[in-house]
Amino acid sequence: MTYRNPPTTPRKSATFDDYTLSEIRRAAATGIYDIRGAGAKRKLPHFDDLLFLGASISRYPLEGYRERCDTSVVLGSRHAKKPIELKIPITIAGMSFGSLSGPAKEALGRGATLSGTSTTTGDGGMTEEERGHSKQLVYQYLPSRYGMNLRDLRRADAIEVVVGQGAKPGGGGMLLGQKISDRVAEMRTLPKGIDQRSASRHPDWTGPDDLEIKILELREITDWEKPIYVKVGGARPYYDTALAVKAGADVVVVDGMQGGTAATQEVFIENVGQPTLACIRPAVQALQDLGMHRKVQLIVSGGIRNGADVAKALALGVDAVSIGTAALVALGDNDPRWEAEYNELGTTAGAYDDWHEGRDPAGITTQDPELMKRVDPVAAGRRLANYLKVMTLEAQTIARACGKNSLHNLEPEDLVALTIEAAAMAGVPLAGTNWIPGKNGF
Amino acid sequence: MPATTLSKTAAHDPRVFDLDQLSLRELNQALHNLAPGSNETAWEVLNPKGSHSVAVGVDQPVAIDVRGSVGYYCGGMNSGSTITVHGSAGPGVGENMMSGSITIKGDASQYAGATGKGGLLVIEGNASSRCGISMKGIDIVVHGNIGHMSAFMAQSGNLVVLGDAGDALGDSIYEARLFVRGKVDSLGADCIAKEMRTEHLELLQGLLDRAGVTGVKPSEFKRYGSARTLYNFNIDNADAY
Repeated sequence: MTYRNPPTTPRKSATFDDYTLSEIRRAAATGIYDIRGAGAKRKLPHFDDLLFLGASISRYPLEGYRERCDTSVVLGSRHAKKPIELKIPITIAGMSFGSLSGPAKEALGRGATLSGTSTTTGDGGMTEEERGHSKQLVYQYLPSRYGMNLRDLRRADAIEVVVGQGAKPGGGGMLLGQKISDRVAEMRTLPKGIDQRSASRHPDWTGPDDLEIKILELREITDWEKPIYVKVGGARPYYDTALAVKAGADVVVVDGMQGGTAATQEVFIENVGQPTLACIRPAVQALQDLGMHRKVQLIVSGGIRNGADVAKALALGVDAVSIGTAALVALGDNDPRWEAEYNELGTTAGAYDDWHEGRDPAGITTQDPELMKRVDPVAAGRRLANYLKVMTLEAQTIARACGKNSLHNLEPEDLVALTIEAAAMAGVPLAGTNWIPGKNGF
Repeated sequence: MPATTLSKTAAHDPRVFDLDQLSLRELNQALHNLAPGSNETAWEVLNPKGSHSVAVGVDQPVAIDVRGSVGYYCGGMNSGSTITVHGSAGPGVGENMMSGSITIKGDASQYAGATGKGGLLVIEGNASSRCGISMKGIDIVVHGNIGHMSAFMAQSGNLVVLGDAGDALGDSIYEARLFVRGKVDSLGADCIAKEMRTEHLELLQGLLDRAGVTGVKPSEFKRYGSARTLYNFNIDNADAY
């Protein structure tokens, strides 16, 4: 009998993990970078790393089902004659017709309207479906200006000048040819079937001084009625917020790197921009330094999933949050009921992110007439409204437990962090200590 | 608004707005208040002195004469009005114009006619860089020269240049047509010289007529447009980006 040395267990590299190896092989085979939808998928410091303290002897709570806890918020009161009044501090983020199907856009409008909140157009213009079914519709003003026109600008309830988004700060839009149907092509004044790579910079302004003049123009065109938002990706939140305020914004929208996109390079999504949690305190600080906190409203988006996330964002000084990916899931995106079809596409429910390919089994990120029939705008809108209601109730539950009669009375002092990273980013103490990394010289 | 500062006599006399005495807000609001069929069809703006956003978002077929030079975005999103600037225009004149016409008697700065969807923009002097950037159906006629990166990502419409064009003309162009009479410093990615066929000569003659250009023949121009090689991504074209 021969003696065999005991074998070592096969060990895979943490650096060259299975995903990395598959990506190297894919790149070598195709010669093109990976394009996908959604936001950063890597593990990041997030709201899960924060906890509320609740009430005890030093703070007393409000009765859960009896005492009022206000959820309303007014956006755009700085300059606009007609600010947006929302019943809940959760709005629907901009997603384009083109990347989403018509029924999906209609469902977003229906759900938002049922919930007393706003929805937002996207890089593709305003459709009748969403205008007709959205009581309060924010019209995005993007570098591409696809479909931008005077009539729609005037029938919008607010205007959002999009400078960037969290998934790709510094990147432009991308809609590949397979999703350019006749209707999408007409709205964008482009031939059917060609790739649409939207510009990353606005065509007629650069920098904060120009932005100020651009905002003046938009106000003059709309007779100073509509709130003007400025949306930035989570790049330099302190300076971007300060410059947006200086340029005259009524509302600043900061989108962290978990915020989704219809399509961009995987390398961009995962490696450019900052986590949502890291963006909030610098943005709030900029508003406070300018004496504009609560005068210019701050909306934060990117990875908001439940009422706890909403409450934590508000406690850190945000006026409202925006949801995109979560709203799509509420409509039916990535639903396990389509698992067999996800498998045919080489993926699985919960991981499907090839939104740019237009073959979404759930009928949401597609322009295929047969697939989009799977979205019933009324039922999907109802699901979104249900979800928004649950998020609101959850946030109220937490706020009452912290003794707050308004969600907006939540404050950083209600929070602790579970990790040093989150403590530093959120500017709240590490749980069990009074240590805020970076404060008081430590 | 103080009545004494408005001259309003007969319907055929222009309604005069002196920006030394009235604000930009009052001017634009008065223009937006115009009802369809209003007989206040002639307007005159005095002392613009480089003001931004003069006569933006006008959606009635009125004539507006601006006596002097304007700042950014004059005539922005114009829908049907006829604006004449008796001076020069700052950046973004006629940006996103829907219809109507704008004539600049002097020169225009950057991004003239940016993203314009329709209508006619005539610049009797020169236009700076990025003229017609991302144009989407507008027609632009420049009597003089245009600067670099003009017609960048131009989607549709026509850009006519009686003089010369700067570097990278028509970079990443889609279906817009470019007609240049003088020299072109260089063409941008995917922009090529194209054959001038009868249909183009006729189209160009029509544009010259609409812009009031005389003594210039369409045959003196060269046509440029998209090679359409970048319409769908191909890794072997990556060097072009």
